[in-house]
Amino acid sequence: MWTYLLRRILQMIPVLALITFMVYALMLAIPGDPALALVGPGESLDAEQLEAVRKEHNLDKPVLVQYGLWLGKAVQGDLGRSTQNYRPVTEELATRARVTLQFGLVAWVLAIVIGVPAGILSAVYRGRPIDYVATVLSIAGVAIPNFWLGIMAILIFGVTLGWVPTQGYVDIFVDPVEGLRHMLLPAFALGITSWALIMRQSRSAMLEVLAQDYVRTANAKGMRKRRVIGIHALRNALLPVVTVFGLQTGRIFAGSVVIETLFGIPGMGQYMVQAIFARDFMSVQGAVLLMAMAVLLANLLTDLVYAWLDPRIRYDE
Amino acid sequence: MSSPRHPAMEVLLKVMRIPHAAFGVVFICLTVVVALLAPLIVPVSPEEMDFDNLLSDMSWAHLLGTDQMGRDTLARLIYGARIALIVSIGAIGLGVAIGVPLGLIAVYFRGFVDDVIMRVMDALVVFPSLLIAVGLAAALGGSLTTVIVAIGIANVPWMARVIRSQGLSIREQDYVAAALAGGMGHTRIIFKHILPNSVAPVIVQSTLSMGYAVLTEAALGFIGVGIQPPTPTWGNMLQQAFPMLEQQPLLSIVPGLAIFLLVLAFNFVGDALRDVLDPRLKGVIH
Repeated sequence: MWTYLLRRILQMIPVLALITFMVYALMLAIPGDPALALVGPGESLDAEQLEAVRKEHNLDKPVLVQYGLWLGKAVQGDLGRSTQNYRPVTEELATRARVTLQFGLVAWVLAIVIGVPAGILSAVYRGRPIDYVATVLSIAGVAIPNFWLGIMAILIFGVTLGWVPTQGYVDIFVDPVEGLRHMLLPAFALGITSWALIMRQSRSAMLEVLAQDYVRTANAKGMRKRRVIGIHALRNALLPVVTVFGLQTGRIFAGSVVIETLFGIPGMGQYMVQAIFARDFMSVQGAVLLMAMAVLLANLLTDLVYAWLDPRIRYDE
Repeated sequence: MSSPRHPAMEVLLKVMRIPHAAFGVVFICLTVVVALLAPLIVPVSPEEMDFDNLLSDMSWAHLLGTDQMGRDTLARLIYGARIALIVSIGAIGLGVAIGVPLGLIAVYFRGFVDDVIMRVMDALVVFPSLLIAVGLAAALGGSLTTVIVAIGIANVPWMARVIRSQGLSIREQDYVAAALAGGMGHTRIIFKHILPNSVAPVIVQSTLSMGYAVLTEAALGFIGVGIQPPTPTWGNMLQQAFPMLEQQPLLSIVPGLAIFLLVLAFNFVGDALRDVLDPRLKGVIH
């Protein structure tokens, strides 16, 4: 187990290096002088001063060297300073990640709370109206643009009914009620695809489990239906939910780029879009590194939880 | 005796027997026809402004109303369909054109070549394709070509992985070993044996990815890194409509619904193709 864990963590290093290098090269490919982006639009510098800026930020060196210098500092926790507000990127990321994490988690909880029971009910009542309704909703959930769903939610629950706020963010730890009210719509829009996939997956897993001999035996022994489902079937039906978790973490980050822009949430997604537009190298790199690490860790966590839920899976062998 | 049907026609007929897939095929065909005939069926230019009718409701003059600049929503929707189709076909075409050869090279040569190609693909897969597209579109500037390139590159690793996983079993077949022993060249083996036998999952993946490309294009347009106005795209229509949500909700409802239906259609067809083309399910379909 520990050997497996260590090997997986070591395997992450080249992947992270590759991703950050590709992003680094990409940011340099954006048209325009990166030195000008560093000094900002308000400043006017002559050629000599610009050269000094280039030298100071190592922009006069080859890409590989620049990247190596950045990497050297990054492993020590120094991700440089944002050119937008000159704050250290690590500080900015810590604030932003807290926001995205909060509403990403609410999105996940909503997705699981709706998706798993809907999938189980759909399987248990296969062929009945409840199954059709859940299936149609899950098919629609995968095809619907999440930001459009967000717009429609704003229109119905915000503009027309006035039930919830449609813009901004309140820290859930500072004011839990207001925080949740602000998060409800963006989290719902962000989690729709995950909800639909979880529902689909848990429905098919449940159908498979319900056809197993041990479930039939439990039924034949006269065990109550709720107990059969709760004890025998649920654990197995949860396996695909775990798989979806690994796959969807990246999607949730990607979705946050659009959803945060729509709802005016000051999280990682909004930060990254602003940084890309402002050619804020360090911020983009830092955000990419953090997101990639989160996705890789989520994948690792998925595999570990999978082994815990299904004892037939052993990673040591 | 009637001549045997073309295999593609055979597949299409099987797909059309599945009701929701038939809806998908019909909707996609309808969108293609409307997009192709846009100049003939749309009486006004999508960029023409009617200052007497700003943010108007549905009327005979403007069937789906107008936006804040008095432009006809239906005309913009139809021209936007053109962009959605061009982007999805172009991007997936590019993804296939790069991803499939890379996957084939990896699976055929294995070893070091496979390791290098697939590790790069794994690194790209870790990162959601929307983020790759956002980065690339911002780097290259928002135009039709750059959006196609951005979404296309984001699709490369998926195509490479799909063809590689299918090709792995084909690579070990006796007929491939026989072709090698018979002195057939690598390129010919790849194109004559491995590619034709691994192509089915690529078709399925491409169809499903076309829906995802429509979604990605819309998302890029919405956050402002996609194709720039005044060219109408469903994404930038939604972006421009959002500040007008209270005054004219129709402007936001219409393009979103169009995206949803087209993605749904691609998903239905992709799912049906998987059922029809997947050899493990072939018996069931027959």
